Amino acid sequence: MSSLNLDAEALYADLLAGVRPLLQADTVLVGIWSGGAWLAERLQRDLSRPGEHGVISSALHRDDFNSRGMTAGADHTKLPFDVNGKPILLVDDVLYTGRTIRAVINELYDFGRPASVTLAVLVDRGGRELPIAAAISAARITLPKAQRLSLAKDDAGNFSFDIKESS
Amino acid sequence: MLSRRNPQLNAHGELIHLLSIEGLPRPVLHHILDTAGTFLSVNDREVKKVPLLRGKSVFNLFFENSTRTRTTFEIAAKRLSADVINLDIARSSAAKGESLLDTIANLSAMHADMFVVRHSESGAPYLIAQHCAPHVHVVNAGDGRHQHPTQGLLDMYTIRHYKQDFTKLTVAIVGDIVHSRVARSDIHALTTLGVPEIRAVGPKTLVPGDLAAMGVRVCHDMKEGIKDADVIIMLRLQNERMSGAMLPSAAEFFKSYGLTPEKLALAKPDAIVMHPGPINRGVEIDSDVADGSQSVILPQVTFGIAVRMAVMSIIAGNNA
Repeated sequence: MSSLNLDAEALYADLLAGVRPLLQADTVLVGIWSGGAWLAERLQRDLSRPGEHGVISSALHRDDFNSRGMTAGADHTKLPFDVNGKPILLVDDVLYTGRTIRAVINELYDFGRPASVTLAVLVDRGGRELPIAAAISAARITLPKAQRLSLAKDDAGNFSFDIKESS
Repeated sequence: MLSRRNPQLNAHGELIHLLSIEGLPRPVLHHILDTAGTFLSVNDREVKKVPLLRGKSVFNLFFENSTRTRTTFEIAAKRLSADVINLDIARSSAAKGESLLDTIANLSAMHADMFVVRHSESGAPYLIAQHCAPHVHVVNAGDGRHQHPTQGLLDMYTIRHYKQDFTKLTVAIVGDIVHSRVARSDIHALTTLGVPEIRAVGPKTLVPGDLAAMGVRVCHDMKEGIKDADVIIMLRLQNERMSGAMLPSAAEFFKSYGLTPEKLALAKPDAIVMHPGPINRGVEIDSDVADGSQSVILPQVTFGIAVRMAVMSIIAGNNA
């Protein structure tokens, strides 16, 4: 199955180009821990946005807490700006069921009321279980349910994809 | 099997009750401290509440009185969105002669999901954990002279916050160690986290002899005990636990073992001073030290809520 050929760096270039028209002057970038946070960090730099990007974790609002337990560790939400009245561009590596996005929107609202929330992802792998859609995705693919796709980053900061068979 | 030896852990080695720090592996302690870091920042939000324990009922069972500890558990549970029921148990069922396990059975019938237990008998929380339904979780909030694990964990969180690395520290625990469940929990936690030098400082009557076997250096001289320490944990002189004349007088104790600015100067210049509270000014600690720049006594209280949120959310998320 790893014949799947996803060039994460090429897709990032597409994402960068696709995100530009979505930005307003006061838009702030918020990356979902961990893959989305790496993307947001690089977009912040490549788009020459002022200030620091935000990082958000789904851990405190996950709907699988009762079966998976407490997953928080190093993934603290860190929003170095006031979210009230701001257009938010949420960034993630892979969009699948939509459950992480639901949790993260709830987390975001614990900090205030943003003007709008827009979603940009590197890969949309289908399989939605909630009415959630990305404004832009650099690629759309279909993967078997048993496979887990996530972004990886090497020491030089280059992106690649990790595919794991989930048990 | 792990779970047979340690009733706090399930077959996967995950925490399902918090009864004692003894026997908890280092990764479990680090997971609790990391998770507490997440909860500390919840205080900075517009909504200071997260939904992890929504729809769950937490019963505070304080067979022995402790307003402060009960309040911090109540705040922690409420910030996790649990419903909290405080039972004035010492004055109700127990006074009417109901047995501990009958009380637990009745409260379980009211659909309790978690018991936070303070009891004067060592081991009472273990007994409850062994007899409650599999979905019910138990937190020890202090049992007799045995353990006070959440206090031990919040002390570890405080030390990590100010000193980062446990493996280079000298920690002095000073005062009434023989009566202190806090000291016992701290010693277990410090040992597991790799602190190379733990000292127990106090008079012969208040420092138990079996401590050397736990790898602790016993010092009966205060100056020797706190020399070059990075962390000083002062304990309260527990008058209410004192039966018989173990000490000449409180004033005498202060002269020998009270922490004054002069004695504190013997520790490292950046040493922190901790105390589980409530403090007895002029008995074990001088006001100038308690209110001084090296005191972290009030941050300990703030960290305590985050640590209790971490413990409750972790055990509630794991199944027996």
